[in-house]
Amino acid sequence: MADKTETGGNATTDGGAYLEHIKKKRLMNFIMMVVFLALLVSGFYTADKRNAGGFWDGLSHIFDFPAAMFSEAFERAPLMPGYLIKYFPSLIETINIAAASTLIGGLLGLAMSLLVTRGFAPVPWLVNPLRRVLDILRAIPEIVIALVLIFMLGGGPVPAMIAIALHSVGALGKLFSEVNENASLKPVEGLASVGAGWTQRMVLGVIPQVAPNYLSYALLRFEINIRASAILGFVGAGGIGYDLRNTMSWGIGKYDEAAAIFILLFLTIVVVDQLSGLLRNRLTHGAANPQVIL
Amino acid sequence: MTTATLHAATLTAFSRKKRLTIAVPLVILAYFAYIFVSFDVAGLGDRINLNNARTLLSDSYSYKTHVAQNNRDGAISISVEGERKGQYPGGTAPDWVSLGDATVVDLGKGHVITLGPQVSYDIPGYGVVTARPNGTGVNAVFPRGDLPDYINASKNRVMIATDAGRFTITRARAEVFKYSYGWELFFFTLDSPYYGMGPVELARHALSGEAGAIWQDFWTNKMWRHGDVLWALFETLLMAFLGTFGAAIFALPLAFLAARNFTPLGIFRFAARRVFDFLRGVDGLIWTIVLSRAFGPGPLTGSLAILLTDTGTFGKMFSEALENVDEKQIEGITSTGAKPMQRYRFGVFPQVLPVLISQVLYYLESNTRSATIIGAITGGGIGLLLTQAIATQKDWEEVTYYIVLIILLVMAMDSLSGWLRRKLIKGDG
Repeated sequence: MADKTETGGNATTDGGAYLEHIKKKRLMNFIMMVVFLALLVSGFYTADKRNAGGFWDGLSHIFDFPAAMFSEAFERAPLMPGYLIKYFPSLIETINIAAASTLIGGLLGLAMSLLVTRGFAPVPWLVNPLRRVLDILRAIPEIVIALVLIFMLGGGPVPAMIAIALHSVGALGKLFSEVNENASLKPVEGLASVGAGWTQRMVLGVIPQVAPNYLSYALLRFEINIRASAILGFVGAGGIGYDLRNTMSWGIGKYDEAAAIFILLFLTIVVVDQLSGLLRNRLTHGAANPQVIL
Repeated sequence: MTTATLHAATLTAFSRKKRLTIAVPLVILAYFAYIFVSFDVAGLGDRINLNNARTLLSDSYSYKTHVAQNNRDGAISISVEGERKGQYPGGTAPDWVSLGDATVVDLGKGHVITLGPQVSYDIPGYGVVTARPNGTGVNAVFPRGDLPDYINASKNRVMIATDAGRFTITRARAEVFKYSYGWELFFFTLDSPYYGMGPVELARHALSGEAGAIWQDFWTNKMWRHGDVLWALFETLLMAFLGTFGAAIFALPLAFLAARNFTPLGIFRFAARRVFDFLRGVDGLIWTIVLSRAFGPGPLTGSLAILLTDTGTFGKMFSEALENVDEKQIEGITSTGAKPMQRYRFGVFPQVLPVLISQVLYYLESNTRSATIIGAITGGGIGLLLTQAIATQKDWEEVTYYIVLIILLVMAMDSLSGWLRRKLIKGDG
């Protein structure tokens, strides 16, 4: 019904060709929709079959664990402030891992981005190989590097920091180079005309133009890295994730401590997200929000 | 007057900039100094295990073949990486080992080891080391002079590590390790009749009707488990696919609730937004832990963890996109007398759908990585295989293989999502 009312007016003047085209497009969209839904349903079916516990079975138990955790936490509510203080240093470590890796990733990403932006690159033939390097750095999940580094360096925050920093170099390097491409070349040419070297041209001509955008992307990265650093802790790379795994593998009896860690993590993530969102809004002055590449 | 104030303002701005350019690097440096101390980077030198690093590196591009003799009964067994799955069937050996009464192992570059009741190792430039292991010890005899550093000898044990290989003898056992480049048995294990065949020969066999058997032997390769690995990759992909698109489907109606221009009632808006904040704030890690308690390890748990986290993310992004829709198009549709459903269908969706789909596709690639990580935590997909292989601390060639596969998968998803984005956005025009 709806289709006819919309296209009826055109059909009298343009003849059937337009109607035909729209019909075909609708049919194609419909088929794609059906295929997509079929894939989704059969996908869930396959995932359900290959999972240890079934979906419907698990659904009835989904609140068992949170309930056990909360009841234990409520029972020993007076201990809660103590736990929050006990795990605060680990939380600081997790935040430090994220901050340091964002900083390292940002600084190296900045250098890389200048090397891979056409027009700024001092060595033009290196542009493509370095872009592939960034692609690979971005493609490796942090956990892969972290696990390998833990084997060589032992546990602790350093493997996590290196792993997240490497990934950040790849992600920020690409985003920064996209920002660079929109930078005006005029200051750079002006500096070149008075005999400035490459470093001077970049530091004085490019970076002041793009710094707010860089900062905005780096803040977004920091939000992502906080989550990553908590996850890496879970596989043995220090911080609050590591404590979480220890309390979880202890099981009943330490669920109240796990609850404290959950609360700390949740609050940290929310606060950092809100703060960085505010800062980013101020940096871009309410301009269209930057495209996210995780 | 105005010039003077302008002058002063410019000077203040300049000096502020100057101070900033000095302060920022200083603050960064100070922070790194703090990190250096608090992460104990200086102590890293003691903690680093160079031996592990060396094993890892050399294992990733080479493999070792063990030739072992049981000194009590003289039985010889030859296997790749010393694993049962890589054992040479009785009576067969690689071409550098000649079986017989005395087994001769030629390590190359003149290094020859003879196994038998008397074991000898001819080391070029040094001499012949002989040993006659029995109940009293290994009874090793060395050439005159001091022992070189690469030989480690005691009464019951001699170890010789040269460039050509490694040799260890105890009272019970004599063992030779030969290192070679490559990933041995990658296509077929030794018990397969197709082991060692070149591509041409394989093609000939395949054409004469053995294609199924060849595929079967490759697919069920016990050493590299290609079938299992592919399933694991598929599971990881499945988690990313189901999580991403499932989240998009749940987030879309909720996003309408959270958008100011579609939900005038503040309470719904507030509720929907807090739901998004909660889902995002709890984060994939905690969702994974909670869900794996209910559903156990597997791809479903991973899918649902991604789905929950990203419902929050998408909900927030979608509602922002919906708040930015152009009202004119909706008004135009309304003026033709369209009912609410038609207004959405022709006024809203054509505007926002390309934006939403493009955002969702961006996440498809990043969720492939998340799925690997979730798989490593909860157990499922390629993440599980990876952590298992790392936990053995010796199958580094498999670790390398998995890492390469993961990188290729993520890059393929990146290209696919980019291609789809371009196609869908252009196609919708």
